[in-house]
Amino acid sequence: MHPTVIKTENLTKVFKIGFRGRRVTALRNLNLEVKEGEIFGFLGPNGAGKTTTIKMLIGLIYPTNGKAWILGRELGDVEIKKRIGFLPEQPYFYDYLSSKEFLKFYGQLFGLERDELKERIDTLLTMVGLKDAADLQLRKFSKGMLQRIGIAQALINHPDLIILDEPMSGLDPIGRKEIRDLILRLKEEGKTIFFSTHIIPDVEMVCDRVGILMKGELVNVGKPTEIIDAKIKYIEIIVSDINQEILIHGKAMGFTICETGGQVSIKLPDENQLDFMLEMIRSGKGRIVSVVPQRETLEEFFLKKTGERIS
Amino acid sequence: MRILVIAINTFKEAIRDKILYNLLFFALLMIGTSLLLATLTVGEQSKIIIDIGLASINIFGVLIAIFLGIGLISKEIEKRTIYNILSKPMPRYQFLIGKYIGLLLTIAVNTTIMGIGLYIVLAINELQWGHSILNVNPDIWKAIYLILIELMVVTAIALMFSTFSSSSSLSAIFTIALYIIGHLTEDIRLIGEKLQSVTLKGVINLIYYLLPNLDNFNVKGRVVYGIEISPIYLSLVTLYGLFYISIVLLLSGMIFQKRDFK
Ligand SMILES: Nc1ncnc2c1ncn2[C@@H]1O[C@H](COP(=O)(O)OP(=O)(O)OP(=O)(O)O)[C@@H](O)[C@H]1O
Ligand SMILES: [Mg+2]
Repeated sequence: MHPTVIKTENLTKVFKIGFRGRRVTALRNLNLEVKEGEIFGFLGPNGAGKTTTIKMLIGLIYPTNGKAWILGRELGDVEIKKRIGFLPEQPYFYDYLSSKEFLKFYGQLFGLERDELKERIDTLLTMVGLKDAADLQLRKFSKGMLQRIGIAQALINHPDLIILDEPMSGLDPIGRKEIRDLILRLKEEGKTIFFSTHIIPDVEMVCDRVGILMKGELVNVGKPTEIIDAKIKYIEIIVSDINQEILIHGKAMGFTICETGGQVSIKLPDENQLDFMLEMIRSGKGRIVSVVPQRETLEEFFLKKTGERIS
Repeated sequence: MRILVIAINTFKEAIRDKILYNLLFFALLMIGTSLLLATLTVGEQSKIIIDIGLASINIFGVLIAIFLGIGLISKEIEKRTIYNILSKPMPRYQFLIGKYIGLLLTIAVNTTIMGIGLYIVLAINELQWGHSILNVNPDIWKAIYLILIELMVVTAIALMFSTFSSSSSLSAIFTIALYIIGHLTEDIRLIGEKLQSVTLKGVINLIYYLLPNLDNFNVKGRVVYGIEISPIYLSLVTLYGLFYISIVLLLSGMIFQKRDFK
C-alpha cells in the first residue's frame, strides 16, 4: 500500500466578505486522500474552491474547520514545506529579477549551497526550455515563459510533493503538451503531483485519479475513465464532391447536413454509424476532408453534473 | 540565513524605487541651500547649517521610512508575490524581520549619505572662513545616530500598519499621525498632570507610555548650542528605541501570523 501524501478531513473554508460579514463557503467538508506517486487532478469550474483548497494546504489561509495532513504532518508545520514544490495560480513573481536571479532567490530560501544551486539552476532552465532566457528579466517574459519559470522554481528543492494551481492555464496547445510531458516525467521520478484545472482533456491525458469539485463540494473521485463521461455528442464529417443521392440518403437516416461553399458537413449522432457513412461516401466518390468527434464542452459537462445533483 | 536572503532582496528592490532618489535629492538640495542661507547671515553660520541640515535629514529620513515602510508588506500582498514566498519553508515572522532589516539597511545607507552631505557643507563653510575642517562639530554624528534610531522606530510602526491595513494611504496617515503625536508626548503628559479625575489621569498616562516618545531622539538643539550629549544618554535612548521596536515587531508578527492571504 502506498503511503498517503495528502489527506484532508472535513476541510472547510468560510470567507467573510464586506462590512456586513456576509459568509461565503468556498469549501465544504472536503475529504480527500492522495497517495504517493500519484498524479491527482483537481477538476472544477471557476469558483469551485480549487485555489482555496490549495492555499490551505500550502498554509496561506487557515481552515475554518477540519484538518489536513501533508506527508504525514498536520498543517502548520513549516519544515514540511522543504519537501513541497508549489506553483501559484497566476505566477506573480518579482519581475525585476532575471531567470537566474529568480531561481537563485528561491534556492537560497531552501538553503541550497552555492555550487549545488548553480548546477540545479542550469538543470532546471534546460528542463523547462529557458536556457536562452537565463539573463532575461521576468517582466519581459511571455505568459508561457512565466508559467515555465514558475514550474522551475517549484522544483528547485527536489520536492516529493508538487502542487500546481492551474499549470496549463493561458498556454497554447504545444505549451500544454510540454507541461503534461513534464508532469509525466516527474511521476516517473517517483514524485506525487497534485494539480488543479478546469480543462477535462488535461486531466484525462495524465491523471491517475481525478477529484471533481463543484461549488465547494467534492462530487466525485476516481480514475478519469470512470468518472469523466464527457460524451461524444456527434461526429462531424466534412466532405467535398459528394453526390446529392447520398445526401438525401443521409437526411433520411436523420443526420444533420449543411452545405457551405462546395463543402458539406454531415453530423452523425452515433459513432456506430461512422463506418457505414464513410463507406457510402467513398463509394459515391466523395472526398473526405475531415472526421472530428465533437465532445461536450466543459460547461455542458458541469451543467449536466449540476443538473444530476439537483434532481 | 533566510532572513538575510529576504533582507538583501528587499534592499535591492528598495534602491530601485524612484521615490528614494527623489527624497534623497531634495534632502541634499536643502542641506546645500543651507550654505547659501548661512552666508546671508552674520556670524554663527555653522549653527544655521547644522540646524537646517539635521532637520532635513530627519524629515526626509522619516518620509523615506514611511513611504517605503508602508509598502513593505502591503505591496507584496497587492502584487501577490507573497504567495510564493510564504509557500517556502519560512515562518512568517522571518519574512517580516527580513523585510524590516532590508529597509533598515536602505535607510541606514541613505542617512549616512545625507550625513556625509551635511559634513561636506560644514567643511566648506569652515574653509570659507579660513578655518580647519577639524572645526566641524563632531556631535552632528551623535544627532544623526539618534535620528537613525528614531527612523528605526518609525519604520517598525509603518511596517506594523502595513501588515494589516490593505490601504497604503491609510497606513501612511496613521504612521504620520503617530510620528507627530510621538513628538508631542511631553505635552500629553503635562495635560494629564493638570487633570482632576484620577481615571482620566490614568488613561492619559497609559497613552503617554504606549506612544513612542520620539522627542528622546531629538538632540538637534543641543548640538547647535554645543551642549554635551553624554554616552549614558545615548545608550539609554538606544535601549528605549530597541525596546519599543521589539514590542512593535512582536505585535506585527502576531497580526501577520494570523492573517489569511486571499
Ligand atoms: N478572499 C476571498 N473572499 C471572499 N470570497 C472568496 C475569496 N477567495 C475566494 N472566494 C470565493 O470562494 C469560492 C472559491 O474560490 P476559488 O478561488 O477557490 O475557486 P477556484 O476553483 O480556484 O476557481 P478558478 O478556476 O476561478 O481559479 C468562490 O466562490 C470565490 O468567490
Ligand atoms: Mg483558482
